[in-house]
Amino acid sequence: MLLNFSVGKATMAALPSDQNIGQGFWLTRQYNRLSLKQRRTLVGYVFILPFILGFLFWWLGPALVAGHLTMHKWNFLSAPRFVGLFNFNKMLNDPILAQSLRITVIFSAISVPLGLVFAFFLANLINAKFRFIAIFRTIYFLPSIVPAVANAILWAWLFNTEFGLINYVIRSFGGPKIGWLQDPNWVMLAFVILTIWGVGGSMIIFLAGLQGIPQIFFEAAEIDGAGRWQRLRHVTLPMMSPIIFFNLVIGFISSFQVFVSALLITDGGPQRATLFLVLYIWRSAFESQKMGYAAVLSWLLFAILMVLSFIVFRYIGSRVYYENPGE
Amino acid sequence: MGFSENPAEFVESRRSLKSYGDILFHWLTVFLLVFFAVVMITPFIWLFSSSLKTQINIFQYPPQLIPDPVMPENFVRAMTYKPFGIYFRNTILVAGLNVIAVVFTSSFCAYGFARMRFPGRDFWFGIVMATLFLPYAVLLVPSFIVFSRLGWIDTFLPLVVPPFFGGGAFNIFLMRQFFRTIPEEIADAARIDGCSEFGVYWRIMLPLSKPALITIGIFTFLFAWNDLIGPLTYLRSTENFTIAVGIASFRSQTDISWDLQLAASTAVTLPVIALFFLAQRYFIQGVVMTGLKG
Repeated sequence: MLLNFSVGKATMAALPSDQNIGQGFWLTRQYNRLSLKQRRTLVGYVFILPFILGFLFWWLGPALVAGHLTMHKWNFLSAPRFVGLFNFNKMLNDPILAQSLRITVIFSAISVPLGLVFAFFLANLINAKFRFIAIFRTIYFLPSIVPAVANAILWAWLFNTEFGLINYVIRSFGGPKIGWLQDPNWVMLAFVILTIWGVGGSMIIFLAGLQGIPQIFFEAAEIDGAGRWQRLRHVTLPMMSPIIFFNLVIGFISSFQVFVSALLITDGGPQRATLFLVLYIWRSAFESQKMGYAAVLSWLLFAILMVLSFIVFRYIGSRVYYENPGE
Repeated sequence: MGFSENPAEFVESRRSLKSYGDILFHWLTVFLLVFFAVVMITPFIWLFSSSLKTQINIFQYPPQLIPDPVMPENFVRAMTYKPFGIYFRNTILVAGLNVIAVVFTSSFCAYGFARMRFPGRDFWFGIVMATLFLPYAVLLVPSFIVFSRLGWIDTFLPLVVPPFFGGGAFNIFLMRQFFRTIPEEIADAARIDGCSEFGVYWRIMLPLSKPALITIGIFTFLFAWNDLIGPLTYLRSTENFTIAVGIASFRSQTDISWDLQLAASTAVTLPVIALFFLAQRYFIQGVVMTGLKG
């Protein structure tokens, strides 16, 4: 073997003796000169090298290029032109951005808690022991794997004012005909509904968590006379808090990224009521061709998510109960 | 019923005595299960039934639940309206390369994070976790700028090259969790027999990780199949479109009617559902592995 990158404990005995050094190819000789610890480090870095390169090329690099571009005007066609703080100034005085941020925050504040509660509720339902429970688990999970395009068309059709199924159900119970996608007051609710339909992913994570709680805790609580509600409140919820926290963080992040449904169902309308932040970034970049401004908005989104994550970790993360700290 | 010394037995014996509350709770659970199952599945039935209706029957109030006449030719019309054969080939090409990239490079990196001890490892794993929580949307415009500088716009390169660099934080994390469940003694035995660290990865860990590799392979395929944003951002000419972009372009053309949009949506969803039923075990496993054991 030309290069034997052995580093495990077992190779201690097989370390090259002095006369081996100086033989073979240059690379082999260099490798043989290294101490065991150095070899381990070298081989370790070889393993994670693809990730490191990927991080530099596709994360850090683009972030820095975008940072550079925030000070420029660029429309693809001509060379980027330096404009100083123009884009930042524009960001602070942009009424459309203010609207976009407002509706994104409102959507997040409504859909994340509702989705979390609904996913937790469904997980408890499908945690029951019935004969056909696997079928129910499948049905509840399916919506979360529908392709985004199909999802958008499906919901645009369901919410259709005249011929959609949802208005049909409402009207057959004597309700009014609701302009789900035409009325700025209703369209937010429509987006919340279609988001909540797809909570299957977090539901399965909750289910896994529920099944991981040792049964003995429930039995102990039952012997102490705890009813169903008390068992939920004093056993299930504390034991599940790390998973609730995980789903909360993931939920917040994805709620700030609504894009495909807004683009395909309403195209930001009516009256910019669904012009979510990512859609506005997309439009600035690819429809108005303001790459510099789009770069500023991307950095803004990044900053918002960092601050949000910090708040969530600081104020909610500290209340999470971990059964085995450090695991 | 005598008092039992063993608490578990005591509880068990109490359980057999079903109170009215228990029976009520049982039936309430069944009712809610069925109710929400209907709520969740109705959109699918509505999509499928609408995709088989004539244009006239789609715009009918009150709506028909069962199409009459049934129009399977909607699918043929939708799939021939645009060159979906080419779109399908493009999608499979992109998805296939993504699967290969992710399966090999994410497991490779994960091995380093799971089984090697070296200075800086935890720092880099921290970066992996940070990119897991950093959303794609933040990078949408910055990556586009980089790829346009590289001259990669309107090629598949922006969609297939990046996965070869680590295969995504989600997959590295998942593979690392899996590798940590494999006993280290197996690897030590191979090392004593003269196996290098790369040999341990290739000959021992990969064959033992088939379930996890299949899981991330399926997730990757599904993600590439479903992805709209990537192809929409980077692909310009119609002969490069993927299926998702092809269907999305239906929306921007006002002359394409609902029956075709709905038939195309059904057609792109059915393979996903079929894949789900074939590989259900791996789906659940994958979600469970990422959600637990932080």
